[in-house]
Amino acid sequence: MEKMARVTTALGGNTITGRTMFCHLDAPANAISVCRDAAQVVVAGRNIFKIYSIDEDQFVEKLNLRVGRKPSLNFSCADVVWHQMDENLLATAATNGVVVTWNLGKPSRNKQDQLFTEHKRTVNKVCFHPTEVYMLLSGSQDGYMKCFDLRKKDSVSTFSGQSESVRDVQFSIRDYFTFAATFENGNVQLWDIRRPDRYERMFTAHNGPVFCCDWHPEDRGWLATGGRDKMVKVWDMNTNRAKEIYCVQTIASVARVKWRPECKHHIATCSMMVDHNIYVWDVRRPFIPSAMFEEHKDVTTGIVWRHLHDPYFLLSGSKDSTLYQHIFKDASQPIDRANPEGLCYSLFGDLAFAAKESLISSDSNRKPYIGDRRHPIFFKRKMDPTEQFEYISSSSTLSVFETDLESGSMDWFVRTAKQYALAGRPLAELCDHNAKVAKELDRDQVAQTWTMLRIIYSSPGTVPSANLNHSLGKGSTSLPLMNSFNLKDIPPGIGNESRLERSKGESRSENILMDSSSTLINNDENEETEGSDVPADYLLGDVEGDEDELYMMDHENPHAEEQEYILPQEAFPLRHEIVDNPSALDHLQDKADSPHVSGNEAETVSLTPVESFSLISISHSLYENRLPPDFFSPIVRDVLLFYAEQGDVQMAVSVLIVLGDRIRKAIDEQTQEHWYTSYIDLLQRFQLWNVSNEVIKLSTCRAINCLNQASTTLHINCSNCKRPMSNKGWICDRCRQCASMCAVCHHVVKGLFVWCQGCSHGGHLQHIMKWLETSSHCPAGCGHLCEYT
Amino acid sequence: MIVADSDGCGCTGIPGYLPCEECGALRSKEDRGIKIPRQLGRGPSSFIPVEEILQEGVEHSRRQLFLEAFVSTGRVDNIAMVMGLHPEYLASFWKTQYLLLRVDGPLPYHKRHYIAILAAARHQCSYLVGLHVAEFLKVGGNPQWLQGLHCAPQKLRNLNEINKILAHRPWLITKEHIEALLKTGENSWSLAELIQALVLLTHYHSLASFVFGCGINPEADQDGGHTCQPPSPRSCDSSPASEDGVSGSNGKDAMQEVEVLMARMKLLQECQLEEEGVTQEEMETRFELEKTESLLVAPSVDVAEHALPPNVLCFVEDPEFGYKDFTRKGEQAPPTFRAQDYTWEDHGYSLINRLYPDMGQLLDEKFQVVYNLTYNTIAMHSGVDTTMLRRAIWNYIHCVFGIRYDDYDYGEVNQLLERSLKVYIKTVACYPEKATRRMYTHFWRHFKHSEKVHVNLLLLEARMQAALLYALRAITRYMT
Repeated sequence: MEKMARVTTALGGNTITGRTMFCHLDAPANAISVCRDAAQVVVAGRNIFKIYSIDEDQFVEKLNLRVGRKPSLNFSCADVVWHQMDENLLATAATNGVVVTWNLGKPSRNKQDQLFTEHKRTVNKVCFHPTEVYMLLSGSQDGYMKCFDLRKKDSVSTFSGQSESVRDVQFSIRDYFTFAATFENGNVQLWDIRRPDRYERMFTAHNGPVFCCDWHPEDRGWLATGGRDKMVKVWDMNTNRAKEIYCVQTIASVARVKWRPECKHHIATCSMMVDHNIYVWDVRRPFIPSAMFEEHKDVTTGIVWRHLHDPYFLLSGSKDSTLYQHIFKDASQPIDRANPEGLCYSLFGDLAFAAKESLISSDSNRKPYIGDRRHPIFFKRKMDPTEQFEYISSSSTLSVFETDLESGSMDWFVRTAKQYALAGRPLAELCDHNAKVAKELDRDQVAQTWTMLRIIYSSPGTVPSANLNHSLGKGSTSLPLMNSFNLKDIPPGIGNESRLERSKGESRSENILMDSSSTLINNDENEETEGSDVPADYLLGDVEGDEDELYMMDHENPHAEEQEYILPQEAFPLRHEIVDNPSALDHLQDKADSPHVSGNEAETVSLTPVESFSLISISHSLYENRLPPDFFSPIVRDVLLFYAEQGDVQMAVSVLIVLGDRIRKAIDEQTQEHWYTSYIDLLQRFQLWNVSNEVIKLSTCRAINCLNQASTTLHINCSNCKRPMSNKGWICDRCRQCASMCAVCHHVVKGLFVWCQGCSHGGHLQHIMKWLETSSHCPAGCGHLCEYT
Repeated sequence: MIVADSDGCGCTGIPGYLPCEECGALRSKEDRGIKIPRQLGRGPSSFIPVEEILQEGVEHSRRQLFLEAFVSTGRVDNIAMVMGLHPEYLASFWKTQYLLLRVDGPLPYHKRHYIAILAAARHQCSYLVGLHVAEFLKVGGNPQWLQGLHCAPQKLRNLNEINKILAHRPWLITKEHIEALLKTGENSWSLAELIQALVLLTHYHSLASFVFGCGINPEADQDGGHTCQPPSPRSCDSSPASEDGVSGSNGKDAMQEVEVLMARMKLLQECQLEEEGVTQEEMETRFELEKTESLLVAPSVDVAEHALPPNVLCFVEDPEFGYKDFTRKGEQAPPTFRAQDYTWEDHGYSLINRLYPDMGQLLDEKFQVVYNLTYNTIAMHSGVDTTMLRRAIWNYIHCVFGIRYDDYDYGEVNQLLERSLKVYIKTVACYPEKATRRMYTHFWRHFKHSEKVHVNLLLLEARMQAALLYALRAITRYMT
């Protein structure tokens, strides 16, 4: 209300009040302008030219300036402006290149005052001098700007932009003699009104036409520009070179920009096409508009703040033939709807998570884990009382979780990816190879799966008996692994010990988690105050609430026991201790002895993720002749699903590729595609480009296959001048030299190029290798004793 | 070095770069009794003498462009050869066409070529149809589709309606057409696909204009591009258009024409500075006049409807639908399109760039290049500001399609464009298939061929822009 009072004084007794309201025009509007006293608005377009008075709760048509039976093109307005000194004076820019002034004080119906037909093309913009009554400026498609003295019949001076069309001209509000002009080619020029021969300065502001500009009403040096490249930029003109200080990226080309009165950093924009909304941005927060008016149903063509000193009322005209008055109170604030959560991994596997404070504190009843080394910190920024009203206080919490280097190590992933063989050999060999790889990395379970796959899918004839024996032998050496099998299937009585064992495993994994020290920063942040660093109050408090969040994020492993299988076992393998458990062994052998049971057994086992190796070997030898490989596809599918679910998409994809058609049909395309994309993504994150490409090549999904058919262009720079070689050949356009010549054969090297770091001569790898077998001097004859290692 | 084939063997490929090694080989085969086809027609265009196009010592930039074209498409087609007269434009044109056909985009490659076929078939341009049939098969298109439009999927058949309208009467396109294509269903188009299709359609409609306007010869490997008959002494040696161009008294007339044109331009330029007397009403009537007058400049000789080759006809439905004059007396004329209300720079660009990124930029560049292309020469005069002439041509083409510029005095068109030129422009823009060599030689008789090609480029782009503006306006209306 304090503000309102100020407005009242500024207006000399007139308070601005009103509500969001609109009225229908007869035709689309091209531009609007408001009278000095904020009580009337003029709307101009191709087929409309009217003055409306703004009443308490409606617009009332006051005057139709479009008179005559067959209105001429002079009435077809591209722009209109109301003089801020003289409330009877208006100027319009006509699409046929005429600049017209109107005097409302005329007694006749036709208020047309003067006609300037000096421009050859459409006039895009007219602008009155803010303090000089008789000075009018126009900018036209023909590339000229003209300054008119309304007391004379002709223009006083003509400014040539020496380029294409002028899109906007604006007198500086503070500098009496200065005006800015924007051009279709992306330039902005500053002119001194007294010097028509040459602009004072020019800079390129946008890529493509600059549609509009606006001087900051308070700050003398600031100019905002909006362009077809969808940007709004704020330039500081005080320095020698115009400096871009703020930039807002919008979603459509910017048609108009208007600084919001009394709010230093606020600017209203509307767009030329596609987007019908009006946005008010805080230029310091360029990613989300601070307010948004969504009333129009077609593009907004004109926006104007109702009063010079009132930031709450915005008027707008649109192609949908309506005139609106927007009230700031009714604006929608996209911040309300924004999703205030962010999640990001750091280079070293640390995880940062920021969320609304309210979200985090809601589950603050969780207990902290002992041994937690996180340091909870609260940040609190002081609010800036002057800016307070326009922000919903947004406080958020930032949590950073560090991962233990050991547990987070992905060495196994990289090594597996590199060493796995996916194609090119018989299935049995592939499986054996991969099993070996997994084994070497202590990933027994994976190794077993591979071996099993081999047994299932390679027809008995092809498996060399030695191999089979070998696997059997292996099986017997790893007998103790049966523990893991027992885990699930043996009745509690027998399984007691192993269960204990497993829970040990779990507690270990917990320890790992707890070891991971995490920092929790509670950042209660209000909108940044520009320039100055407001000292932050650091409060220490305990934030028990948040670590559960951590576990949810990390492993989904708080306390629920049934989630134990979701643990990514590869990260911290559950080591199967070699425990003698004779009872379990007996139990197993019992079963194996009776053939009719073991069929079932085999199935249950392979359904169980932690299956036993030896057992399968046995059952295999018993059943190899009876079951077709298809019989196993549902099981294998479940295995793959299990691995993928666990997070080991590498396994899923590798098996998928190795088995190829044998399993492909059992899994639906989408899942496959999903696996492939995640695996490829992972590979690329680890910079395993070759492997990822191989996977893409081997994949049978269409969507994946075509991945490496996109962007196949290779850009080459010339080795001499470092310029890109646009040429298709191997000769540089600029320096007219061949890119890289082999010192031995004097041909262009198109593949691997090796060179000496001492004398920088080199050539084909093969050639250099061959050369150096016989000589130790540089092949180029420079006399250098080259060392190629 | 691009060297014209001295022995007339007419090999395609890059002259000078592939110096016809095969020809030697072929000839030796000929000795063994194998019939070797011989290329018909000399050079890329039947209107323009081959020497004009393949000058010695072609500048580096142009050669570069041909090289690039050859590397990426396997041929330098005759269109590129003719456009090579204006290398600056060719570069821009080439980039656009490359993006349109060969870069990842919303439409699959074979469909793009099929759309190109449909568009070219509308103007009975067997040259373009032939080219793209080959391309279509090369990118793995289904040969069945080539039996005709009825064999193509419904989705592509749905495009027929706007293809027809855009080709002949773009002002008829409405948001309902767009709606019909986009409404969800089995064969619906996505907005991005549709935009690409629209650009393709307009591109090939106007390219067909260029092909006919410049009398582009069939490629050597196309139907009608080669023959096995031995060359008759006349047809082979006569270089086209060289004999009936300028000669004798005719030439003097033509000289005068150029002078007259120059004088008028000068007059207009001076006039404009002080002209005040023209009322708005008069301006209005001048546009109407130009519009109605354009009715009269329909091609005088209605060339006998030559039978369409069936391989082109099969892609055309409703072949009777053709250009109809924008305003006919006694008919309700569609409202004039006000150029200022929907301009390419502001609205068209913004829309395309949103839905088909990069394309807007390239089209914008292309329009700008062609609009600003000038060598400041007219016929044998140099140092002339041709802005006015170019603008007159551009605006006249837009006028034929019902687009009006508020800030243009259409009286200028009358002053600057002679009747034969108007006839030519109107024909090539509206019914390109009726363009003849006679028309080509009859306008601007003393001008260089490269200048006539320049007119054709203006035609191509102005026509494309006009059609695009109508189409994009319809989309904008659909979207709001």
